[in-house]
Order: sequence, then structure tokens, then C-alpha cells
Amino acid sequence: MPPSASKPSKKRSKPDSATDPVPSASSKKKSSKEMDGTDQLFNKYANTSSGVIDPEGIEKLCSSLKVPHTDIRILMLAWRMKAEKQGYFTKAEWRTALKALKVDTIPKLKKALPELEKEVRKPLNFADFYAYAFKYCLTEEKQKFLDIETICQLLDMVLGSTFRAQVDYFVDYLKVQKDYKVINMDQWMGFYRFCNEISFPDMTNYNLENAWPSILDEFFEWLREKQA
Amino acid sequence: MSSGQNPNIVTMEKGFDLIDAAVIKLKRILEGKPEPDFVPGEYIGNYTTVYNMCIQKPPHDWSQQLYEKYGSIFKDYATHTVLPSIMEKHDEYMLRELSRRWDINKIMVRWLSRFFFYLDRYFTVRRSFPSLTQVGMTSFRDHVYNNVHFNVKQVIIALIHKEREGQQIDRALLKNVLDIFVENGIGSMKRYEDDFEDFFLQESASYYSRRSSRWIQEDSCPEVAHYLHSDTEPKLVDIMQTHLLVLVAKQLLEKENSGCSALLRDDKTDDLSRMYRLYHAIPKGLEPVAEAFRLHVTAEGNALIKQAEDAATSGSVEEQVLVRKIIDLHDKYMVYVMDCFQNHTLFHKALKEAFEVFCNKKVAGSSSAELLATFCDNLFRKAGNDKSNDDSTIEATIDSVVKLLDYISDKDLFAEFYRKKQARRLLFGKFNDDHERSILTKLKGQFGGQFTSKMEGMVTDMQLAKDHQTGFEEYINGKPKVVDFTVTVLTTGFWPSYKTSDLNLPVEMVNCIESFKAYYAIKTNHRRLMWIYSLGTCNLNGRFDSKPIELIVSTYQAAVLCAFNNTERLTYQELLEQVNLNHEDLVRVLHSLSCAKYKFLNKQPASKTISKTDSFEFNSKFTDKMRRIKVPLPPVDDRKKVVEDVDKDRRYAIDASLVRIMKSRKVLPHQQLVSECVEQLSRMFKPDIKMIKKRIEDLITRDYLERDTENPNTFKYVA
Repeated sequence: MPPSASKPSKKRSKPDSATDPVPSASSKKKSSKEMDGTDQLFNKYANTSSGVIDPEGIEKLCSSLKVPHTDIRILMLAWRMKAEKQGYFTKAEWRTALKALKVDTIPKLKKALPELEKEVRKPLNFADFYAYAFKYCLTEEKQKFLDIETICQLLDMVLGSTFRAQVDYFVDYLKVQKDYKVINMDQWMGFYRFCNEISFPDMTNYNLENAWPSILDEFFEWLREKQA
Repeated sequence: MSSGQNPNIVTMEKGFDLIDAAVIKLKRILEGKPEPDFVPGEYIGNYTTVYNMCIQKPPHDWSQQLYEKYGSIFKDYATHTVLPSIMEKHDEYMLRELSRRWDINKIMVRWLSRFFFYLDRYFTVRRSFPSLTQVGMTSFRDHVYNNVHFNVKQVIIALIHKEREGQQIDRALLKNVLDIFVENGIGSMKRYEDDFEDFFLQESASYYSRRSSRWIQEDSCPEVAHYLHSDTEPKLVDIMQTHLLVLVAKQLLEKENSGCSALLRDDKTDDLSRMYRLYHAIPKGLEPVAEAFRLHVTAEGNALIKQAEDAATSGSVEEQVLVRKIIDLHDKYMVYVMDCFQNHTLFHKALKEAFEVFCNKKVAGSSSAELLATFCDNLFRKAGNDKSNDDSTIEATIDSVVKLLDYISDKDLFAEFYRKKQARRLLFGKFNDDHERSILTKLKGQFGGQFTSKMEGMVTDMQLAKDHQTGFEEYINGKPKVVDFTVTVLTTGFWPSYKTSDLNLPVEMVNCIESFKAYYAIKTNHRRLMWIYSLGTCNLNGRFDSKPIELIVSTYQAAVLCAFNNTERLTYQELLEQVNLNHEDLVRVLHSLSCAKYKFLNKQPASKTISKTDSFEFNSKFTDKMRRIKVPLPPVDDRKKVVEDVDKDRRYAIDASLVRIMKSRKVLPHQQLVSECVEQLSRMFKPDIKMIKKRIEDLITRDYLERDTENPNTFKYVA
């Protein structure tokens, strides 16, 4: 290596205290300030003994944000932070979301919610969000199903605004049928595909010979009979 | 040469006179008039005349004139003699005259062209004129043929019609005349076709349309081909087929008295054979016949099913009768396929499809699989008693059963019912080892070893059980006496699953059980015995007041009865505790002992049903004229259970098949996966598409498969 080349690097390795008062230290300070704000906010809602925001804390958060407890935007927030357990936000998860949204106070968070919603509703994100919603509700370790009651509520929350009619009919069906006590992920995603691909309520492009989950075949036949 | 009249020069006039003389002579000869033949000298003279007239130098070269003369000889003859002679005659006579005149013309052409031969050597060639032969032939065509062919054609067609109507005609004449048509085409078939064939075919078409129904009774195609030109035959056959067979095919098939269905209905095998032969010649002609056959057999089969359904009293079907009738039906129509229909695949297929339709129908709630299994069961049970049913008859029936099973789609259901019934036969009745093995061998041959492995295991078990029994008897010889005791050891897995119960046995029986256990432990290693008391039988001595009677009862019943050895009276509850049966079984047992035909126990209160507050007493007053009474405990009917078990097995089979397919294909669209799965399983049963779909979803949940993210109608194997 030519000696001349090494020189500049050597020079640079020395901190120039005159012009740049500990640049790394200051940036640390800045981000730690943010962190502090975020953390402070976290601590406001977290349960002091468990160190996480629990369902009670989330309720408090909701009332601070003036958003109903069962509002989809809380779920969206959970998605943003990739929260693993329903009803609980860890510190790390909290930080993830707030950092992504670039907020550190309640008012800012509240303002960021519409933006968040817009983000989530983008088609690519929404499919992911939709799948997340299902997984979020699973409570046990190896659980793969959600009960009908939960599904009905979840559908209403997640798809109610975009696919009102489909959700209403499907929920009706789920409540009267007797064959299924639980819904799995494949069926859950199948319904989303159904809403997106099948024209409603005529359902003329629905094909029983395709690989739709059986529950949707049965829903289709049930609805057809009703329409007759 | 020298000028002036050369006396050797033949003038035109002189030459023509010589020729005319020769022609007159020739005509007389040809017309059969008395006239001596030409002698060689005359022949040469005529030839030389022409020769000289041709080689003479102009202006004495008469070639052109000779040529024209030649032509006009024919023309005059044709116009003045030949044509009138034909036209004045009618019918066959006209034909004969035409034929005669034609022959004459040919000879005349031959002779005259010899006389005038020299013209053909140079003149006609140099000038590219038609040859002498051509002139002669064309002359006939133009002056005779063209004027007569229309009428001649009418006559010919009339004659052919006569023949079709059964009259004799002169076929040789017809052939000759038709040859004239051909030859007047002079190298092309056009005259024959335009002047005769077209009309003939048209006329034939309308003839056959009118005659179609009569024809089918008379069978063979009339041999019109004989005198027609060979080109016509295929065209004629085509017309015949079109009009007689194809256009009216459907009508013919359905015709009330002579259509295919009627022939089948009336068992007219000869007519059917005939029909087969005829329709065999037409492309796709056999399809409608095979279709009619299939419909007929299906209808007959359906009728049998309906008959059985109507005759079924109180839900029980006379399956012996029904299955026999179906076997007979199959034999009958198989003969038809092999004889009348010459073993043609179309008809084999039609027979198969017909049977598959009605052999899969339910009769009064029982599936055909169950009926067939019951049929076999009864066949084997009765075989022992009925001496008229000898071995070869049984073998033949077994063969028929195996054939019928091929048509039934739920073969696995049959296997399960058969197994259950076989178990009862082996354990409770007398069974014939040869028969049992024979049917299993045949089933194995047809459907594979896996189909029969369990059943074969059961039959082998019975043999082994005998060996164990002998061993056991040797073992207890010399040991403290136990009650006479036979054990049948069954291999779990081969036999249907039976419920076990923790029955409290009478002490005498306990001793037997213990001693067998000891024996078995010596003989085998690592085997666990599970006692199925529900299948056992006991012989008890009933010490009734008037006389002792031997009772043959089930082990459960024996346990209950023996409870009264030590006590006079027991309540239901007490019995329940002592015997340790469940409610359902205890009620059944008590009912059979106190409310049925033989009342060994007195029940208080003496109602028709068992209730938990009843109490029972040994009925010492009981008696019967018999010394030995068999009290059967009615078995719990397990049709529902069989169906449930089979359904469960099917779910596993579908799962296994799906995984197998996906493992080898890795990626597969939904419809293909379903159809391959159906194909794989079709040997044993017809899987329900909805069930397959549900199994696929289950496999997705269990992470064996996943949907393709791009295309949700396609599945991927998850390794």
C-alpha cells in the first residue's frame, strides 16, 4: 500500500474536536432524545411489573387517542409494530412502530393514524395485514384455528368497510351453518380472495371446480339457494 | 413418268366401285346373309386397290378421298341401316339388336380398316387425323349410340327393376349393353356415367328408400353388382348404405317390431347377428346398435332392482333372489356379446356400462355391496345343509360373484361387510374351509392381495386355533380338572374390532381363563391376550324343578344366570355391580332371559321392558319339552358402523393417495390432483369429490401441502 494513501485515512481517524464536537456523541444524544420520548410514552401505558403494555394499557391508549377499543386502527398499529401477542405491546415492538411512524407523542400518533391507514390499505400491504390479523388473534402456541365468534368480529373489523355485503352474508352463513366450528388460515385467506375476485352478489364467475376452500363452496351454494 | 392415261392408274371411280363391291359383300356376310367368305385373293385385292390409289402420284393420289369414303361408308350404314333397325324394336329386343349391331360394327371396323390399312400407315399419321379404327368407332357413337342411349337406358333400368322385384332377366345381355356404354366413352367412363350410371344410382336411391323396411327382413344385398361396371359397385353400395342403413338407422333401431330394442326384447339372436353384420360395414354404424343394447340391458337391470325393492318386506331384501337374477342377466347378455356381436369391444363396453349403472343402486336402504356380501354369506351357510348345491355349482356361483363385484364401485364396502360376516361364519357356524379359501383366491386374483389379506388371515387363524386347542388339551391333561373349555385365538388386525368388557366371570370360568393364559405364555412370547366375552358361548345345566335342561347361551347370559347360583333374587343394580356389564348390554341380556320366548328368570314387575328398578328371580318352575335350548342373543346390527368404518378408512386412503401424488409431482393444479386421486383409488371405491377437497384442505392445515402464492388453484408439496 503506498504510504500516501494511508495518510488521509489516518488523519480522518482522529476526531476533530475543534470543528465537530464529538459528532457520534451528539447523534447518540439526538436519537436517545427520541428514544426517551418514545420510551416515556411507553412507560405511561405499560404495566410496571410486567414491563409491557397489557390489555388495560391498550385501553388507556385507545382512550388517549380517542379511538374505540375495537377499532381497526389499533390492529393496524399492532401490525406496524409486528406485535406478536394479542393485547400486549412490548417495548421493542412499541419502538418499532413509533419509529416507523416518526412520532413520539400522543397527538403526533393520533395525527399519524390516517396516514397509517392509507399505508395499510395499499393492496400489497393489505393482504399481509389481513393475514396478520388472523395470526394476531391466535392465543396458544400451536393453535391453528379461530372460533366462529372471533372470526365474525374480525371480518367485520377488517373487511367491513371495503366489502360490507360479502362480510354480512358470510357472517350470516357462519352463524347458521353447523359443519364448521373453527376457521383456519387457508379458509381465512380464501375469503379475502373471494371478496377480491368474485363479483358480488351475482357470483357469476365463481367456479365450484376450482380449489376454493370447501367452506366457500358451501357458502356459495347456501347463498344461491337463498337467492332462488 | 410418262404422260397420258396410264392404263395402270386406278381412277377414283374405278377404285370406288371395287370398294363398294367389297363393302356390299362384307355387309351381307355380317348380316348373316348367304355369302361366301372372302378368300385371301379378294382380301389382298381389296388391300392392293387401296394401296395403289394411295401411292399414285398427284393428281391421282386418292388418299383424302379414300379417307372420306371410308368415313361415309360407316355413316351411311349407321344412318340408313343400323339405327333404324334398332329404333324399330322395343324392350329387350331393342337391347339385343343394339348388342348385335355393336358387334357387327366392331367386325366391320376390323375388316374395313384392314382393307384401307395403307391410309393408316402414312395418311392419317401425317395429317394427324383420327385412325381408321377411331373413325369407325366414333361413327357408331355419333350416329347410333347418341340416338339410342336414352331409350336403351330406360329399358335397362326397367329390367333391373324387374330383377329387384324378383324376376329373372338376361344378365349377360345387360352386361354386353352396359359394356357398349363404357366403350362408347372411348377411353373415358363419362358416357357410362352420364348416360347410365347417374340415372341408375338415382333410381336405386329412390328404390331403396321405398323398400328399406322390407329389405331388413330379407337380409343380404341383392347381387346387382354382377353386370354393372366394377366402378359402379362401390357407388351403389354407398347409396344402399346411405339410404337403407344410415338415413333410417335410428328409425330401424327403434322400430317397434323390428328395431334393435324389439329384437333384444324378443331374444331374436339370429336377427341381431344379421343386424350386427350389416351395420358393421358402415363407418360408425355400430355405435347406435351398441347404444340400443346398453339401454336395453340397463332397463332390464333397473327393472330387477325395482322388483326387489317392491318385494322387500319390512326393509329386508331377498338378496338371494335378486343376485341370482342379476347373475343370470349377466350370463345371458354376455352370450349375446360373444355370439351376436362377435366379441366386439363396443358391446363389451356397453354391457359393462349398463351393469355399472344398476349394480350400484341401493335397494331398500341396503347398498349393493352389502347385498352381495350377504348373498355370499348365505351361499356358504346353506352349502353345508343343501346337498344339491354341489361344489362345482358353488364354484360357478363364486365366479359370477367375482364378476359382479367388478361392476360395483364401492368394493371396499363389500370387503368390510364380507369380513364382518365371514367372522360370524367362522366363529359361530360350521364353515367349509375349501369354499372360504376358494372365493378368497379368486378375489385376490381379480383385485389384488391387499384386498383379501385380512380375510385370509382370519381363515388361517381358525386353523391355528385348532392347533392351539390340541396343545392346550394336552397341557391340562393331568392338571386339576377345569370345565370343558375351547379357546379361539384371533390375530388382532385381521378380525373386525370387537368391544371388550370387564365382565365378572363366574369362578369356574375364571379358572379356565387362567389356565389357558398360562399355557399360552409358555407357547408364545410377548403376546397379550384380550378376551372378547361378547363372542363366547356357554353350555349351562339348568336345574329346573321338573327336569334339567341344557341351555346354550352367550357368555354374557351365562354370567348373569350364574349369579343366581348363590342367591335366589337380585335387583338390577345388584346384577349390574356383580356382573359388571354396561347398561346397554345388561338390558339386552336380561331381556333375552326374562321377557323373550324362554323365561329362565322371573321379572318383577312383569312388564315387557327392563327398567333399572326391576328385580329378578331364578324361575325354577321353567320347563320345556326340549332337553336342550339355544337362546340366541341378538347381535347388535352394525350396518351403520360398517359404513362409518369404511368412511374412516377412505379418508386415510385419500390422504395417502394425495400425499403420494404430490410427493412425486411436487406442483399440481387442483383439478389434476383431484382427477389423479380419483383414478388411483378407483380400484377400490369411487371417492366423493367433496371429501377429496376437504382432505386437501386438511393436508394444508397439517403442512403437507400449500397453495402456490401466484396461483391459488395450484398446490405445492411441502417437503
